[in-house]
Amino acid sequence: MPRQILLGDEAVALGAVHAGLSAAYSYPGTPASEVLEYLVRQAGETKAFTAVWSVNEKTAYEEALGASFAGKRSLVSFKHVGLNVAADPFMNSAITGANGGFLVVSADDPGMHSSQNEQDSRYYVQFAQIPGYEPSDHQEAYDMAREAFDVSERFGLPVLMRLVTRLSHSRSAVETRDARAPNELKKGAGQDWILLPVNARRRFGRLLDLQAEMTRFSEESRFNLLQLNDKDRSFGVIASGIAYNYFREAVAADSAPPSFLKVSTYPLPERLIRELVGHVGTILVLEDGYPFIERQLKGLFGIAGKTVLGKMSGPLPASGELTPDIVRRALGREPLASLPASGLPLAGRPPQLCAGCPHADSFKALNKALEGVTGSNVFSDIGCYTLGALPPYNAIHSCVCMGASISMARGASDVGLYPAVSVIGDSTFAHSGLTPLLSAAKANTDMTVIILDNATTAMTGGQPTYGSGPGLLRLVEGLGVAKEHIRTIEPLPKHHDKNVQIIKDEIAHRGLSVVVAVRECVQEQRKKRS
Amino acid sequence: MKQDIILAGVGGQGILSIAYVIDHAALADGLFFKQAEVHGMAQRGGAVQSHMRLSDGTIWSDLIPKGGADMVLSVEPLEALRYLDYLRPDGIVVTSSTPFRNIPDYPEVDKVLEAIRKAPRSVIVDSENLAKEAGTVKAQNIVLLGAASSFLILKEASLVGTIEALFRGRGTPVLEANLKAFALGQKAALGS
Ligand code: SF4
Repeated sequence: MPRQILLGDEAVALGAVHAGLSAAYSYPGTPASEVLEYLVRQAGETKAFTAVWSVNEKTAYEEALGASFAGKRSLVSFKHVGLNVAADPFMNSAITGANGGFLVVSADDPGMHSSQNEQDSRYYVQFAQIPGYEPSDHQEAYDMAREAFDVSERFGLPVLMRLVTRLSHSRSAVETRDARAPNELKKGAGQDWILLPVNARRRFGRLLDLQAEMTRFSEESRFNLLQLNDKDRSFGVIASGIAYNYFREAVAADSAPPSFLKVSTYPLPERLIRELVGHVGTILVLEDGYPFIERQLKGLFGIAGKTVLGKMSGPLPASGELTPDIVRRALGREPLASLPASGLPLAGRPPQLCAGCPHADSFKALNKALEGVTGSNVFSDIGCYTLGALPPYNAIHSCVCMGASISMARGASDVGLYPAVSVIGDSTFAHSGLTPLLSAAKANTDMTVIILDNATTAMTGGQPTYGSGPGLLRLVEGLGVAKEHIRTIEPLPKHHDKNVQIIKDEIAHRGLSVVVAVRECVQEQRKKRS
Repeated sequence: MKQDIILAGVGGQGILSIAYVIDHAALADGLFFKQAEVHGMAQRGGAVQSHMRLSDGTIWSDLIPKGGADMVLSVEPLEALRYLDYLRPDGIVVTSSTPFRNIPDYPEVDKVLEAIRKAPRSVIVDSENLAKEAGTVKAQNIVLLGAASSFLILKEASLVGTIEALFRGRGTPVLEANLKAFALGQKAALGS
């Protein structure tokens, strides 16, 4: 097969396609979006499977689980915090198990390039007690995705693949193999999938019984690699995922590199770890994300006679993304000679709203409407409009998780904060804004919700949205918001004064009101034109 | 044979298109490559960079270590400066002289260019005017690729072939403009 140029995300996606994928679901989020982007393009061309942008990650997870229940191979992908949204079905699917092969792709963002935290999905693998993969390069991403479906069917469990930004968004060439045919339909058995206590207890027992076999699977995996240096028994390295590359980069010129174990599968390959630890005195653990392996290795009391180094003790920073330079230093190697930095003070260039972005006009109007109002609280949400936090707007006071703007504004209003304003995008509203607005409508909470309807999921590159246009207005009304307090504005400079007045009026209304700012994202407009 | 390049610019300036051309040319030339890029928030007008690694042997890291880069190739002068310490001591800077001013505290351009010239090897091209001459100001990224082309370990025919494949679908005028942008960039670099 020829070599194909793929992003890490795309390599996983193509591996899944070649494993006989029947259905894939996702909600966009950096750095995972390109998994489903790729699948949507492929499905459009080949019609061989279904690929859907779901309304949120929980929905996506359940849709994929349903496809697995029906015996087909399915995939769900999201960014790490998306797995929080899907955590309920995720944890329970370890109990129901999977029928058709089921791959869960969770892309972590160490260093928080585009995220609110840098949580490590390997803890979820351990939490659910299912098998997990962590590729270090594109070829592995492809090969592991293919294999994961077989492993999922072998254990009757979902399998999680952990990616990190650096691999998700790196391109390289991948050798592909012939595709396998999709599965036939074959329903899951009710006694396994109905999680009444009587069934759930039995199924949980089965999950626990499988643990030893899962550890053996990990120990035997061709993706783990143990290499012992017989001449030097002082020092060895355990490196997982992308950190393995930085290790190999740093020792590339060595005639005999230190002993190392590359870890690519979970649960941890215990026997291999024992062999490495038995061979050397000091172990340096290199992993991008949390000190997941290091913490387990050390336990509470450490290993007698051994020194374990990593993020908890020693040379690696506890937060942020690993780099080849950090790993080089941790290995005690001199930095490479380089040109000095220019010395000129370099003005930072943070991201900002595009020129002509509708959100800019919405924030200008909101700021004007709140001018002179003391104690105003603008709760915001996740999307391009989060950039309203930066100058020149300085317009918002919170961004926590999808949908939190509405629920937090309600909580603040309940305890007396006024005015309580929520700013949320249309896609985020559909994702997690409906339920809090439903309860706020029931209570007629004294707050003003501004929905920025730019007709797309803009920040992640323009995926479809469920909560836009006339349908959005009907939704808001259907949730119980009084019709006379559902107002629309068109965020354009020429309407500024009118928009300010409408927002002012609705803030003055001591009950729930919703202002919908309707204007398409200029990037999407541009795409349609070209 | 290996070459490590830091591609730099501002979100929206087309550095991913430069990377696309280099990736495909590398594939055509039978080289290994890894190319780490930036998606998401920073693409909204922020500083973006891509680590581009080419080699005829195994490439381990997706990122280039500091001091490991053979070239900084930037569509914007201030952004070129940001990555000087990634260059090896005799590395080369290939950059546009056209500032992209979307921040209030953009330094004086002359000072920026002066600092770039302090690098032992630098090529500075007026990408804005060259792109205009080629037919579209949007082709500044391809002007820079042309300027860098003589220093790359890739075959020129592979680069030009990829540019053709990339722009063919967008109509003859766009394709011609980009091919001309490449040629003008190349000429300007050799004359500088
Ligand atoms: S992508 Fe669209 S919504 Fe996002 S900043 Fe640009 S114009 Fe605004």
